[in-house]
Amino acid sequence: MVTRPLRRKLKKRKVKGIAYNEVLWGYLFLLPNIVGVFSFIFFPLVIALGLSFFKWDILTPSVFFGLKNYIKIFQDITFLKVFRNTIYYVAGTVPLGIFIALIFAVALNRASRLIKLYRAIYFLPVVCSMIAVAIVWQWIYNPEFGFLNFVLSFIGIKGPKWLSSTQWAMPALIIVSIWKGLGFNIVIFLAGLQGIPDVYYEAARIDGASAWNQFWRITLPLLSSTTFFITVISVISSFQIFDQVFIMTDGGPARSTSVIVHYLYQNAFLYFKMGYASAMGCILFAAILSVTLIQVWRAKTWVHYGI
Amino acid sequence: MRKEQIYMRTFVHIILAFGAITMIAPFIWMLSTSLKSLNEVFVFPPTLFGESLRWNNYLQISDRFPFSIFFLNSMKIAVLVTAGQLFTCSLGGYSFARLKFPGRDIIFLLYLATLMIPYFVIVIPIFIMMRSFGWVDTHYALIVPGLFSAFGTFLMKQFFLTIPRELEDAAKIDGCTPFGIYRRIFLPLSKPALAALGIFTFMWSWNDFLAPLIFLNTITKRTIPLGLAVMQGLYSTDWPSLMAASVLSVMPIIIVFLCAQEFFVKGITLSGLKA
Repeated sequence: MVTRPLRRKLKKRKVKGIAYNEVLWGYLFLLPNIVGVFSFIFFPLVIALGLSFFKWDILTPSVFFGLKNYIKIFQDITFLKVFRNTIYYVAGTVPLGIFIALIFAVALNRASRLIKLYRAIYFLPVVCSMIAVAIVWQWIYNPEFGFLNFVLSFIGIKGPKWLSSTQWAMPALIIVSIWKGLGFNIVIFLAGLQGIPDVYYEAARIDGASAWNQFWRITLPLLSSTTFFITVISVISSFQIFDQVFIMTDGGPARSTSVIVHYLYQNAFLYFKMGYASAMGCILFAAILSVTLIQVWRAKTWVHYGI
Repeated sequence: MRKEQIYMRTFVHIILAFGAITMIAPFIWMLSTSLKSLNEVFVFPPTLFGESLRWNNYLQISDRFPFSIFFLNSMKIAVLVTAGQLFTCSLGGYSFARLKFPGRDIIFLLYLATLMIPYFVIVIPIFIMMRSFGWVDTHYALIVPGLFSAFGTFLMKQFFLTIPRELEDAAKIDGCTPFGIYRRIFLPLSKPALAALGIFTFMWSWNDFLAPLIFLNTITKRTIPLGLAVMQGLYSTDWPSLMAASVLSVMPIIIVFLCAQEFFVKGITLSGLKA
């Protein structure tokens, strides 16, 4: 503990010496980081915004295009389709992924002895690269010789053609994403669960509350800030899904799994429509930003901070 | 009451075991396929093992998937990026957590806002920048932008805030500069956080696919995920070879994970809980 007089002495010293000039040191410490974040995040963002008003194919000089890129995008049937696909993917992945993770986290929290082993198993897919995971799942989804339809045949289901079916390709991608991200969400939920003091449950038990009631009235409300955090980051990352699509379907069949980022990649690096792709990127950013802001705004109604 | 508890416990364990099998099965499927011959793969119902375990598959892919070259490339990039981020993020985090200067809170808010920026929005300008530096198809294009991160700075700041102020007060009285405090008090006390950030950065860099896809062309410069993706594009039905390459590519990071499990968990909870 530092006593009052000492703190006062400290303050005096601060005024006196350049050795402890907080402002100078503060900027100095931040310098290496801020130079990088500025040059490789903020600056490119501004350029991307600017570029979205130009028509440019990298090789010939750029032409000012005004809002034409944006107008074209909203008339581009393919863009509207990939936008819908992205929403479908986000809506399919985020709530289900969080729900399943919550169930497993609550279950894990009760299995005190094996918790570490299970946690390691569930976390295994998280550390693997999406590329390897996507290739393995592509093989699992093989309609004739794949593992999944083999398992389904046990319970008398003739599995669909998965990745080559316009109807099932997107659900197939959603399953892979949930499988891969589950461990990550579970670990965050577990940390949240372990932060809830036991006394609440003890009190509830004494009052004769059922397990279901305890979950519904203690666990869920006290976990709401964790749930909120997971929702926000899952939405942000789901909007940017690319690797799985690129490896497993390349947007097919019939663009049924093409998502915004995939279409953006094709426009930028296959068709070299840099301005058009930038405009698409800005729309994606706007979409992510607005969804996140809506979540933050809605949070007041259901998230409880502190215990 | 007792009976209910037993039912509950059994139910919990059934759920967990079912989940664990679901998590593990794809890995077993990958391993099992990687040891079969091409003919043994296309049979229904599938078998766990073929006639013999063909470890040869792993040797035969070396011309299509030169693992050691990719491994060294991935390693070089991931190690440099990790070292750079540990340095810049711990300095920046300390600045945000402990030093007062005009504009600090606004800058921090901007940092947080960058976490929402999709990589694909900024990748086109970064590509243009790299082209003008002549860095396309070099590892610089992956390393240099990777040395900084808003997320890492945020993570370190969160951890530094938990270090009691009393520790540095004593040092300040002795005339220690902020750099001295950072080096002698904060860094030694933040080993767990540094380890967590380090391991996370390493994992992200190691598994990154987008940046290598856009910036690298030459075979000898490819990273593991890019090499794997290219191989899949060329030999899309040679499942034993593809699975062998996949096994090789996930092996290093799984070994790192099993050795440093605690730090993975710590890294996640550190970023998650105090957000």
